[in-house]
Amino acid sequence: MKDMHRIRLRVNGRDHELEVEARRTLADMLRHDLGYTGTHLGCEHGICGACTVLVDGGPVRSCLVFGVQADGTEVSTVEGLSAGEELSDLQQSFSDHHALQCGFCTPGFLLLAEAYLAQRDPAAAPTEAEVRELIASNLCRCTGYQGIIEAVLATADARRWAAGPAAGRAASPAANPAGSPADGPAASPADGPAASPADGPAASPADGP
Amino acid sequence: MTAIGARVPRKEDPRLLRGRGRFGDDFSAAGQLWARVVRSPIAHGRVRRVDLSRARRADGVTAAVAAADLPTGLAIPVRLAVRGIDLSGYLQPVLAAGVVRYVGEPLAVVVADDPYAAEDAAELIEIDIDEAPAVVDAEAAARADAPRLFPGGNVAADFTLGYGDAETAFKRAAHVVEIEVAIGRHSGVPLEPRGMLAEPDPGTGSLAIFGMTKVPVFNRDLLATMLGIDPALIHVHAIDAGGGFGVRGEFYPEDYLVPWLARTLGRPVKWAEDRAEHLVAANHSRQQSHKIAAAFDAGGRITALADEVVHDNGAYCRTHGIAVPELTVAMLPGPYRVPAYRGRVRVVLTNKTPCGTYRAPGRYEGTTAREQLLDVAADRLGLDRIELRHRNLLGPAELPHHRPMTTLGTDVVLDTGDYPALMAATAAEMARLGYHAQASRPGPVDRLRGLGVAVFLEKSGLGPCDTAGVMVGETGAVRVLSGGTSLGQGIETVLAQIAADALGVDPQAVDVVNGDTDLQPAGTGSWASRSTVMAGNAVHLAASAVKARATQLAARMLEAAEDDLVVTGGTVSVRGDPAVAVSLGEIAQAASPASPYLRPGEPAGLAAHRRFEVTHMTYPHGVHAALAEVDPATGRVRVLRYLVASEVGRAVNPALVEGQLRGGAAQGIGGALLEEFSYDESGQPTAITFMEYQMPTAAEIPSIDVLLTELSPAPGNPLGVMGAGEGGISAAGAAVASAVRDALGLTGGVERLPLTPPRVRRLAETGQRRKPGRP
Repeated sequence: MKDMHRIRLRVNGRDHELEVEARRTLADMLRHDLGYTGTHLGCEHGICGACTVLVDGGPVRSCLVFGVQADGTEVSTVEGLSAGEELSDLQQSFSDHHALQCGFCTPGFLLLAEAYLAQRDPAAAPTEAEVRELIASNLCRCTGYQGIIEAVLATADARRWAAGPAAGRAASPAANPAGSPADGPAASPADGPAASPADGPAASPADGP
Repeated sequence: MTAIGARVPRKEDPRLLRGRGRFGDDFSAAGQLWARVVRSPIAHGRVRRVDLSRARRADGVTAAVAAADLPTGLAIPVRLAVRGIDLSGYLQPVLAAGVVRYVGEPLAVVVADDPYAAEDAAELIEIDIDEAPAVVDAEAAARADAPRLFPGGNVAADFTLGYGDAETAFKRAAHVVEIEVAIGRHSGVPLEPRGMLAEPDPGTGSLAIFGMTKVPVFNRDLLATMLGIDPALIHVHAIDAGGGFGVRGEFYPEDYLVPWLARTLGRPVKWAEDRAEHLVAANHSRQQSHKIAAAFDAGGRITALADEVVHDNGAYCRTHGIAVPELTVAMLPGPYRVPAYRGRVRVVLTNKTPCGTYRAPGRYEGTTAREQLLDVAADRLGLDRIELRHRNLLGPAELPHHRPMTTLGTDVVLDTGDYPALMAATAAEMARLGYHAQASRPGPVDRLRGLGVAVFLEKSGLGPCDTAGVMVGETGAVRVLSGGTSLGQGIETVLAQIAADALGVDPQAVDVVNGDTDLQPAGTGSWASRSTVMAGNAVHLAASAVKARATQLAARMLEAAEDDLVVTGGTVSVRGDPAVAVSLGEIAQAASPASPYLRPGEPAGLAAHRRFEVTHMTYPHGVHAALAEVDPATGRVRVLRYLVASEVGRAVNPALVEGQLRGGAAQGIGGALLEEFSYDESGQPTAITFMEYQMPTAAEIPSIDVLLTELSPAPGNPLGVMGAGEGGISAAGAAVASAVRDALGLTGGVERLPLTPPRVRRLAETGQRRKPGRP
């Protein structure tokens, strides 16, 4: 006999009330009971992070949490990141920096990064080291992570400017390239290809010869 | 203005970024049942009993089946048959009947109304196996007294490729250098596990499949044969795939089981693989040992190359047959001038998960062996590593170079390029980016730094053909129907650019549908870095034909001569008089069935279908460079810098090519340092979660520099393109090995990959060292 529980939660601003088996994971509940299939399961043991969602604003591996534990909470999934047909700034930045290929891990990275962007001091300059450490929480098998790191850095920087241009000018990352965690400034290929995607979307379609 | 060569934003991105992608487990159907596969917990043994009775009585269970319940004699055939070697005695059954040969082999399947119930019921199946001795080491398995997996023994194939008189060359050589190198067992491990939904229509007998990727038409045909139905009754739908890398989309036991259950039960059946299953069920790859030797003349020029390869193929020959070992020895001479060559490979079966291709199959392995040999040889001969390679690389005047061998049924003809120039450009780029300076700068105390360099030759654009359709709708929207499949590589964007280029429209106006077997029933799939070449040129031909047809119809509409018309920006206009124009949409309307512009006998619609054929592959090539830091006390290796230089003929979308190269390099670094499917002596896998099977994170992968060159358009296709899917990984094992060897100052080779901390520590302690670090 199934051990069912009635729970209520809010997902991306929408209220849901449902009966869920005690052992059902939050990921399965979101995907198969509520239809939020943008939350992906890559390992079901908490390593890959593809299933990352926000529960009350904090990143959670939804494969390691039971659905019943989300009773009374507010959950954010990838489907809620953009309003209407416009991509959010972070989503757009992922596209601009070629931060996704197959896109399977992408929802997890987006939510992980949204939590980071929300909790950080908006006036502080983001560093590559801190973003790299964050991004090392999840697995991506396609990109080599470079585009993801660049996309998050660019979004953090853009939001910092939006929060206060004066703070932004004080220490622009373009003027002070963050070193790779391995080696300090010498390792940062300021003139390498890493710099090119920063041109942004406006430049790219018109770029063609 | 051309859409080819532009960094066009990916068409795939908006849906994937919004969580609107449609991956295998995202499809559901009303009334669906969930399948759970029960796998052997024993590596080798005789199956005495599979008792399904308790599972069949469990809550929510519709069916439980074992081999005895399936049609008899089902085995999965080889898709890529090469060299006429008969492997029919080594094929994998859909469900094991008499004998199990690896942990993870399917024995039974349970179907229930909920995935949790299916897993519960699977636990109730009682399996009784008479355990036999397992053989996990390929060298041991090849011996006559080894426990036998099959009556015919454990060596599925033993063949030698080559040309020239290598034996005499070795006898007469001024120097002979020989090393042994082993490559660890690892694989693609895409982040999305496999999954499938099969939805039967009992009224028509048809079957809708969601979950076949890579080669959907081949898999449809094979499934139809195994089910005994007309292939036209099976509709494989296009889906998103969470990474392919060679592994996903081959025909596995589940590709028969799920559709068979759906037809048998008359209900939709869904299967979603979990990660623990994937790590023992999906193709492994790479595991080889090489005993490789080169003969040199007094000037350091290679006079002969010889390799003895033992290829550990796991328990069965799957759909790739012996393609990986064949590619290994056929591609081993790489971009070098090798007057005589002998490459022997023994394909040995062991009680481990069967193997197939993983991105750059055979080349990652062979490049590691060959390049490590050249590093050791350079030291023995007292030559700089780069100089030794320069003396042996084929020069541009020597191309095309006919190597008297075949691979995958095609002649090996290195078509174009300037290998020495790319080598020189790579060295210059390394210097410009400060690689040498950083390598010689002291790092943290007690750390050793080393530079690694490795040259690769890739192959791409395997024929024989692919098909494409291009059609323009009455709104002017362009639709491309391609025989390729989306695996995350961005093929929709690339094909949209190619169609847009030929038709003179914006790529955003082009919609691409891949991998739908009803829309493109003769498509040949996406694998072997072939789609930009094969599907791309098919699209180019079809779109060019549509342009010609549009010009012909516009001439009638505008009462102008075709020669006076130009096609641009989605319209056809009179040259010099852009106001006299018709749009592609208006032309499509003029091609509607009742249009007065159509002549008798002409087909309606503004559309064309074309086939592109090739007889030879095209060979991308390049150089990898790595800067590694080794802690000899702990054995930890960190890759500080990494450069991939690659010639791709023509980059349709440079951003996507760079992405392919970077992502490939990251995977290759994983295989060089971290990833390994390990087993204990009883054949139990010991890398069964992502805690043990360690894929690189952002903490292990540095920013990867890319030097992309488009100096040598491929001569064998109208677009001049080469494939770019595998060059990023091809030499990664070799470059990392080279860097670690350099850091430790070894006189010999690194012996085996992955270079895990215990192995590196042992090399540091016991390896013969010239001197620590570089001068």
